[in-house]
Amino acid sequence: MKESKFDRKIDDIGLKEGIAKLTPEKIQQTFQKFMDSEAGAKLRVYHETCVRCGMCSEACHFFVSHDGDPSYSPVGKVTQTMNVLINKKGRVDAEFVYKCAQIAYTECNLCRRCMHYCPLGIDTGYIMSMVRRFCHLLGVTPQYIQDTAHSHSATFNQMWVKDDEWPDALLWQEEEARDEFPNLRIPLDVVGADIMYSVIGPEPKFRTQLIYQAAAILHEAGVNWTMPSLPGWDNSDMAMYTGDFEMMGRLKRAHFECAQNLKVKKVVMGECGHAFRSVYDMGNRWCGWDNYPVEVVHSIEFFAYLLRTGMIKMKTKFPGPVTIHDPCNIIRGRGLMDELRFVAHEIAEEVIEMTPNREYNYCCCAGGGVINCGPPFKNVRVKGNKAKAIQLRGVKEKGVSTVISPCHNCHGGLEDIIHGYELGMDLKFLGDIIYEHMEKTKAVE
Amino acid sequence: MQDRSNWDWDPGKRVVLDTAKCSEGVQWMEELHVSPDGETAAAICCTDEAEFGICVNGDFGEDRYEKAICPTFTPEGKYVALVSQDMEWYVSVDRELWPEGYGFLWNIMVNGGGVAVAVQQDMQYGMCVNGETWENLYDNANNFTFGPDGKSVAAAVQVEPMGQAEIFKFQSGIFSVAVNGEPWKEQFVNVYTPVFSDDCASVACQVRRSLYDYTIAVDGKVWNKNYNCVWEPVFKPGTKDVFAPVRIAGKWGMAANGELQWENKWTQLWQPQFSKDGKNLWAIGATGFGKFTVVKNNAPWSVTFPVVTDLVLSHDGEKAAAIAKKSGDKYTLVVNGSAWAGDYDMIFPPVFSPDGTKVGCVAEKNGKYNILVNGKPCGESFDRAFTPAFSPDSAKVLVKGVSGTEYSRSVLDATGF
Repeated sequence: MKESKFDRKIDDIGLKEGIAKLTPEKIQQTFQKFMDSEAGAKLRVYHETCVRCGMCSEACHFFVSHDGDPSYSPVGKVTQTMNVLINKKGRVDAEFVYKCAQIAYTECNLCRRCMHYCPLGIDTGYIMSMVRRFCHLLGVTPQYIQDTAHSHSATFNQMWVKDDEWPDALLWQEEEARDEFPNLRIPLDVVGADIMYSVIGPEPKFRTQLIYQAAAILHEAGVNWTMPSLPGWDNSDMAMYTGDFEMMGRLKRAHFECAQNLKVKKVVMGECGHAFRSVYDMGNRWCGWDNYPVEVVHSIEFFAYLLRTGMIKMKTKFPGPVTIHDPCNIIRGRGLMDELRFVAHEIAEEVIEMTPNREYNYCCCAGGGVINCGPPFKNVRVKGNKAKAIQLRGVKEKGVSTVISPCHNCHGGLEDIIHGYELGMDLKFLGDIIYEHMEKTKAVE
Repeated sequence: MQDRSNWDWDPGKRVVLDTAKCSEGVQWMEELHVSPDGETAAAICCTDEAEFGICVNGDFGEDRYEKAICPTFTPEGKYVALVSQDMEWYVSVDRELWPEGYGFLWNIMVNGGGVAVAVQQDMQYGMCVNGETWENLYDNANNFTFGPDGKSVAAAVQVEPMGQAEIFKFQSGIFSVAVNGEPWKEQFVNVYTPVFSDDCASVACQVRRSLYDYTIAVDGKVWNKNYNCVWEPVFKPGTKDVFAPVRIAGKWGMAANGELQWENKWTQLWQPQFSKDGKNLWAIGATGFGKFTVVKNNAPWSVTFPVVTDLVLSHDGEKAAAIAKKSGDKYTLVVNGSAWAGDYDMIFPPVFSPDGTKVGCVAEKNGKYNILVNGKPCGESFDRAFTPAFSPDSAKVLVKGVSGTEYSRSVLDATGF
């Protein structure tokens, strides 16, 4: 592969205008500074350890979906980007940076599936995130994900939700829910509550029914909970994926300080994958905490707890078979596969597994911020995940028409796969099914 | 301003309210809030379908609202809440409404005897202080702050409109700082945590000058150095000197007016606080990964914890206390570098006695709440307890709590701790 040849370039204003400001000197100096002060031993060890065996190739949904095109393999993507940068000590042209950015931001989901297949344990997701970091330092990022990072920086949430719109959305959902549960509250800023429930920006913006459903479940379970009225409520973090680690740390500090100020014992977070990664792995550590400073419980774990303890009882189960899509950051990253299956079997009549599954599941192709790169790259995601379509078609042929996935990005990605490959399947969050099928002892008839 | 000398410091317990009076006949009663002197207890109650009232010491008064949220007491004992009537939001202070209604209100701040709140009117944003709304409102405003004079306010404001996904316009800098509604002429990519000097004549804040360059701006003028990251600035009392944590080469140090004062050796450094006399600068810091502590004048305490929060100084600024989270999700209070014995499920923010000899706080264990003074339980256990207060002579402690439906205030001898 010649480093200058890149026949799948996609026009993006963020990338195009980003490279227009570059000079060879700036690229080289930025790379040198990046290597000297940030990349450290881990990147160098990976670079010097990889023997180009290609064992990672079949692990990547992009490679599989592009009929074994080696340029889409994990090692191929590293070879085309970071390896060139290291070997040439950053002496590359602006067009090369464009190529690096397109590959790193839109052709790798940082899903870490390849890491499981690497005989040397090389984390290609880490290497690609370092390519992203370098591109960020040069100001070369896709427009839409950069806009999301800007939203984070200006509002501390990813959807430009203004300070007033957040509590207003909660009050609206509280009012709506009272038609069904007359005494339901979404308690704001209750200091000393056991749990702070946190969500991501899209929920108040255009998925407010998820807030309703969560409030209904928490109310029915009799949990002592609260939500903050001030910024810090959003646990998401696209700055983590643009490579703006300073902003990532700022966001995580705000989020955790929100919980610390409320003196809650736990943060229960909604059904999101990348946000979970940002609190248990990335953002918390940038701040200097070696774990999360306030315990964070993913909805999977929380629902499992509510069901096990009988705090929530299912009146009926979801009829018909469902399948499970395992979100990368929750399952491969955090090992909640058994808990997810416990919940799925508790709430659905029949569960038929996709193959492969659990930690070996293929990514939805939206994760790692790829879906946030916006419309210009939608086809990249859909074509890059024929592997997922094949997986889904496999269970469809067994009679499954409903896919459960406890992750927002997975829903976005799978929706496009389902439409793009005309699979005719529905997507559900765990909360959708629990809300619809639980016993509602506190609701009006 | 809070004057504790006129509080009732006669020893003994007094039941102030049977909360059943508030919850009787209503759909539900929200969490009880109590005044600093413990004499008043108030709660928002849902009195009927889509109807809310404010119950103060058992009295609901006449007024009902479509909604009431964010209740709090000022240090002087005024009860403030945000209420909605006829689709407009009002500030309620001691159940009297400020005259102007708004599209939305949030973020009540109290300081120096005043009350300020963030406002949205016709999708324009700003602040209202003691009933007076800014003349200039903005496309967006956040990071609100309220000065110690009880009158001055500031916020980060968006001074230029921006269309969807206009990333380069955003990066050109469309945010500024508005002080009492008037914007600085300088614009930045982002503005965070404005803070007033003690005379309220100056404002300092974190500013982001490009995607990569952070520094501190004081009255619109930026420091002559940029940093990889900065945290909240603080004025040295009685001066215009501004100190702030700054990140250099992956480590944190403390800079003053752009010059490094504390070497960048800290894994983390935030929440700086000066003693009132300006002699001591305190902060929460980390000496290594997962090793948080309290730092005084660049010297850390010898103990470290996975998490440290809620740094509180004694009145003379010579001592400090902070909440520490230990392994196993247990909490303790650390005072002057020594952790109190015992593990708690939660510790709430501590307070010092005026003479600095005692520290009190609420501690929760197994669902029961105790007031601790210098690490020892003081008085009875409660189902819920409120921040204690020491008498002006430091000899007594005011304990406030709820047992069952009974809210009581007790004045106890604090000399034995």
